[in-house]
Formats: sequence, C-alpha cells, structure tokens
Amino acid sequence: MSTEDLTTSAYIKHHLQNLTCTIQDGHFHCAHSAEEAKEMGFWAFNMDTLFMSLMLGLLFLFLFGRVAKSISPGEPRGMQNFVEWVVEFIDSSVRGSFTGRNAMVAPLALSVFAWIFLMNLMDLVPIDYVSLITEPLGIGHFKLVPTTDPNATMGMAIGVFLLVLFYSIKVKGLGGFIGELTLQPFGKFGLPVNLFLEGVNLIAKPISLALRLFGNMYAGEMIFILIALMGASWVSVSFGSTLLFGSQILLSLGWAIFHILIVTLQAFIFMTLTIVYLDMAHQEHH
Amino acid sequence: MNINATLIAQTIMFALFVWFCMKYVWPPIMAALDARNKRIADGLAAAERGKNELALASKRSAEMLREAKEKVSEIIAQGDKRASEIVEEAKEQARVEGERIVAAAKAEIEQEVFRAREQLRTQVTSVALAGAGKILGREIDAKAHNDLLDKLVAEI
Repeated sequence: MSTEDLTTSAYIKHHLQNLTCTIQDGHFHCAHSAEEAKEMGFWAFNMDTLFMSLMLGLLFLFLFGRVAKSISPGEPRGMQNFVEWVVEFIDSSVRGSFTGRNAMVAPLALSVFAWIFLMNLMDLVPIDYVSLITEPLGIGHFKLVPTTDPNATMGMAIGVFLLVLFYSIKVKGLGGFIGELTLQPFGKFGLPVNLFLEGVNLIAKPISLALRLFGNMYAGEMIFILIALMGASWVSVSFGSTLLFGSQILLSLGWAIFHILIVTLQAFIFMTLTIVYLDMAHQEHH
Repeated sequence: MNINATLIAQTIMFALFVWFCMKYVWPPIMAALDARNKRIADGLAAAERGKNELALASKRSAEMLREAKEKVSEIIAQGDKRASEIVEEAKEQARVEGERIVAAAKAEIEQEVFRAREQLRTQVTSVALAGAGKILGREIDAKAHNDLLDKLVAEI
C-alpha cells in the first residue's frame, strides 16, 4: 500500500515540476526534483515555460502578422475572417471599457488575450502525452501549460503593472500620482492610512491578475492529473478497475469540455482587467 | 513552482510581443477594417441616394405623364374646336357659294329672260310692223311711226 501511495504522489509531483535549469559551476544544469529546483535560487530559468510561451507567442504573432501583411479591405476569406473577428471582438471590448485615448491599449489587449488563450489551451493536451516526446529527448520534466507557472502569469502582471504606473504618472504627473496615493480617501490628515489603503489597492492589481490566472489554471491542471490517476490504479480485469478506467475517459472528456470555457474565460478576464486597470490609470480622480 | 528569473524573461517577452503586435499586427488590420467600414457606409449612402433619386425620378415622370395627358386632352379639345370651326367655315362658305351660284343663276336667268324679251320684243315689233304694214299698206310710213311702235313694244 505504501509503495502505491509513493508512486501516486510521485506522479503528481512529477507533473507539477517545471524544467528548472541554471548555470551551475560553469555548466548548464537542470533540476531533477523540486528540492533541487528550490536550491537553485532566483537565478534559474523554467525552460519549459519559456519555450512554450515563446512558441505560442510566436504562433500568435505569425498567424496574425501574416494576415496583417496581406489584408485587404475587400471580401475577407478564411484566416482573415477569423483574425478580423477576433480583432473586432477585442476592439469592441476595449471601446466598451477604456474611455481614454491610447493607441497601445487595444494591441495590448489583443496580445494578452491571444497569448493567454493559447497558453491555457495547452491544458487540453493529455498530460501524459508530453512525456512521449520529452522522455526520448532526455528531458525529465516538462510542463506544457505556461500559465500553470506563476512566473509566467506574474511576468505578464508585472508588465501590466509597469504600464499602469507609467500611464498614471504620464497622465496625472508625478505629483498627481503621489497625491492620488496619499491624499485620499481621508484627506491630508489621514496620510499614513491613505498611503496604506491606496498602496494595498495598487499592489493588489498585479497580484490578483497573476494569481487569478495561475490559480485557475493550476487547479484545472491538478484535476486533470487526478483524473489521469484513476486509470493508473488498474490492477487486473475487475469491475472496480474497469469502472475507474471508464470514469477516467468520461471525466477527462467532461473536464476538458468544461475547460474550454475556463481557458477562454480566464484569458478574457485577464484582458478585461488589464483594460480596466489602464483605464483607471488614465482617469483623473475627483 | 518557485519564483525565479523566468519572471523577468516572461516580462521582457510580454513587452516584445505587445510591441510587435502594436507595431505590425494591429494597425494594418484596423486600417483594413476601417477602410471596409467606410466602403460599406459609402455603398449604403450611395444606395440610399439612388433610392431617393429613383423616387424623385418616378415622381417627376408621373408629373410629366400627367402634364402630357393634360396637354394631349387640350390639344384634342383644340382640334375638336378647330374641326368644328372648319366645318362651320365650310358650311358658311358653302352657303355663301351657294347663294352666289343661286344669285348668278338668277342673274343669268334674268338676263336670259331679258334677252328673250328683247328678242321677243324685236320679233313682236317686226310682227306688228309686218301686220300693221299689211293692214295699213302704204299709208303708214315705217320711219314716221317708228317712235310710236317702239313705245308700243316697250309697253308689251
């Protein structure tokens, strides 16, 4: 019994482990366990996250860039139709939530939406199929979904946060921005309280952005792993084993279909919040 | 699952993707969409204009048709009037001509009568002369009694 518990938890750990690599003692080295990855400290890279997010980002830019290059105002066909549909959807979302005038917000929203959508979509690839490719290549761990890595979601959220800071200062001036942080809601005599409240408010934006996406995708991935475990408990041709195996098929199908919704929804939420935060950065407070 | 330098790399990657999208992807697509929007709006406006023009033209053609009908009926009325006038004139002319012919005929008849009477008179005169001559013989000088005879002839 104890050996089976060990393999089960090892299976889960294996699937939640990034391919963390660093340069140690002058040579490239990848971690084999979570502890080893932790010991590498800050200056290590999750190669799988970087690789997948780069590839998916390039895929998005390639598909859309190719259409953008050859686009004509005439009758749209095929891929152009799809791209236009997406672009119009993003454009109407931006027009609905963003009241300022900034040519950067809409392309930003499109990039955020498409990139996150593609990264989330990797969740639908059966989790154990990845190792069919990575194992022969000698890669021990490979997480296919970059958004289940907090580094990826946090990285994007920091990007958005920097833009919020930049536009807050650009639109309101440094004084205006600091005033906004310190002089409300209780006036200048409640300055420490104001600073605390507004500071939390400000910091909460990137944290909530990053953790919402990460949490949702991580939990989804976790459930896929747990569902995948059901069939692994096959011992012999018995009623119990067959039931579990059948349940795995049905449940992973059901969860995958449900996940299509989550994939899109989380990308949409991240995009909408990005637009809203930037809109707040552009607005003068009363 | 620990935070490491991937964070920085992801932020840079994110910035580059957004920059590329802003520079090369979004503007041409939006430009094309705007161009198409404008084209459709223009097309709709042109269709609307065409419809208005059609309505105007059909109104104008109905107007012209009405005017033409009016003119035609006017012309017909004029024609009728003229025709009756011509008939009247012709009647008048015919009447005048008839009268003229009648008058001429009468005149001719009178002339004929006069001539016949004249002839008759001369013949009567000669007959009377001959008769008188025969009755009176030599006693009557034709020359001396010619005046008397002429008076007699005129009385006849």
